[in-house]
Amino acid sequence: MSYQPGSVAVVGASESTKIGAVPGMSQIMLHADAALNAMAECGLKPSDIDGVACVGPMMPQQIAHYLGITPSWVDGTGVGGCSFMLHVRHAAAAIMAGYAKTILITHGESGKSRINGTPRPAEPESLNGQFEIPYGPFGPPTLFPIPVLRYMKETGTTHEHLAMVSVVTREWAGKNPRAMFRDPLTVDDVLGSRMIAYPFRILQCCLVTDGGGAIILTSAERAKDFPTKPVYVLGSGESVETNMVSQMKDFTSSSAFRVAGPTAMKMAGISHADVDHLMIYDAFAHLPLYGLEDLGFCKRGEAKDFIWEGHTRPGGKLPLNTNGGGLSYTHTGMYGMFALQESIRQMRGTAPAQVPGAKVSVAHGVGGMFSASGTIVFSNEQP
Amino acid sequence: MALAPGRPKPKPTPETKQFWDGCKDGKLLLQRCVETGKAYFPPRPFSPYTGSRNVETFEASGRATLHSYVIHHRPVPGFEPPYAIAVVELEEGPRMMTNIVDCPQTPEALVLDMPMVVAFTPLDDDITLPLFTPATKG
Repeated sequence: MSYQPGSVAVVGASESTKIGAVPGMSQIMLHADAALNAMAECGLKPSDIDGVACVGPMMPQQIAHYLGITPSWVDGTGVGGCSFMLHVRHAAAAIMAGYAKTILITHGESGKSRINGTPRPAEPESLNGQFEIPYGPFGPPTLFPIPVLRYMKETGTTHEHLAMVSVVTREWAGKNPRAMFRDPLTVDDVLGSRMIAYPFRILQCCLVTDGGGAIILTSAERAKDFPTKPVYVLGSGESVETNMVSQMKDFTSSSAFRVAGPTAMKMAGISHADVDHLMIYDAFAHLPLYGLEDLGFCKRGEAKDFIWEGHTRPGGKLPLNTNGGGLSYTHTGMYGMFALQESIRQMRGTAPAQVPGAKVSVAHGVGGMFSASGTIVFSNEQP
Repeated sequence: MALAPGRPKPKPTPETKQFWDGCKDGKLLLQRCVETGKAYFPPRPFSPYTGSRNVETFEASGRATLHSYVIHHRPVPGFEPPYAIAVVELEEGPRMMTNIVDCPQTPEALVLDMPMVVAFTPLDDDITLPLFTPATKG
């Protein structure tokens, strides 16, 4: 049995009531706040939920118990910030298999305020602890951009091209009242901002915020009985490569992207021309370039020109990261949930920077630097 | 060259001890898959290409090229910013993360694909790190 596009739908989707700086909520409450919002909008109570997914070991039981849910299916897949794309994919399969009828996926992270935040140690015996950490990487800003200079050399991408990614993303953020940073930027602003880890400056690195999000899925058949407009899951994909960025096979392309993206689009039965709206997890400014190329929206080395020429801007032919992205909207540490939320808003027609008439949205996530990927294809029309 | 105190120290495992012992002896030990003849890294007692346990250890030349890097500008315990976190491609194929020593930590001095050579640098009595330096130098 293979997944039939549109068999499962999102009936509830919400972010936490506040995002950005939320010093009044611990991490677990950010999960719960978003979950309560999502349940409220589609008229569900915790007792109506029979499946729970959230990121990481021992987490599904924490969230289920906190919310008062007795699940018959759980998923604690934790592969970094794209884990939620994998949760949606796994949930769709579980619903088709009859393991659960109504699945809740939650995220909460006190990334900025660090109230009950997630510790991220690298054990000195782990492969990262032996073969990367001794050379001084300190978190994603030092690890994620390691392949960038190689990508620039191989594709002729310049510092100005990479700066333009931040400029265009900020243009979208300017349309979104919930975005943390909304003032317009220029290429010179970006290239004049504080150096973090050459070649990247502060305006090419994502935000660090607090926030949460929740998504509720059920079968397309049951979705018709909910008060919300169903957003159908047409296709999904996932893969992993290596959690050591130094061991990526090709520094100019992600193997995980090249599996997850095409798998999702093939399952959905869509071509690139069918995509009206695109989210590519932008933890750093190079990711939209890798995503556009590895998912086949651009040929190798052409993403820089595609963005420079304005095709991903407001009014362009492929609106990209329309909430303002991880670069300007919000980034708790695991942004994939927020990319999904924006795709769902676009399909519901409720996004602050709504793409007129959009029918198909692709949300593409990355996790643990380039170590993992998940892609979801949504539509507001059932095929 | 002495390393600044506070640098995180790797802890060898049964599968990697040989590599770290080699560094202490001034040898860069890699492994290769006997069936395919292909070298690999990090160390493990089986081939990532075939799954075969038929592997052998050999001493690499220590020659490499600079594959990519960042120059970190923020303070980290054990490091003095700005410092490059680099990935070199060994002559035998595998890549590894490292630091570049005896070289300005600038984009002008660090040119992709420049030849490098291993510079074993003691961290303490137990661990020696395989750092690299430009091969054209001295």
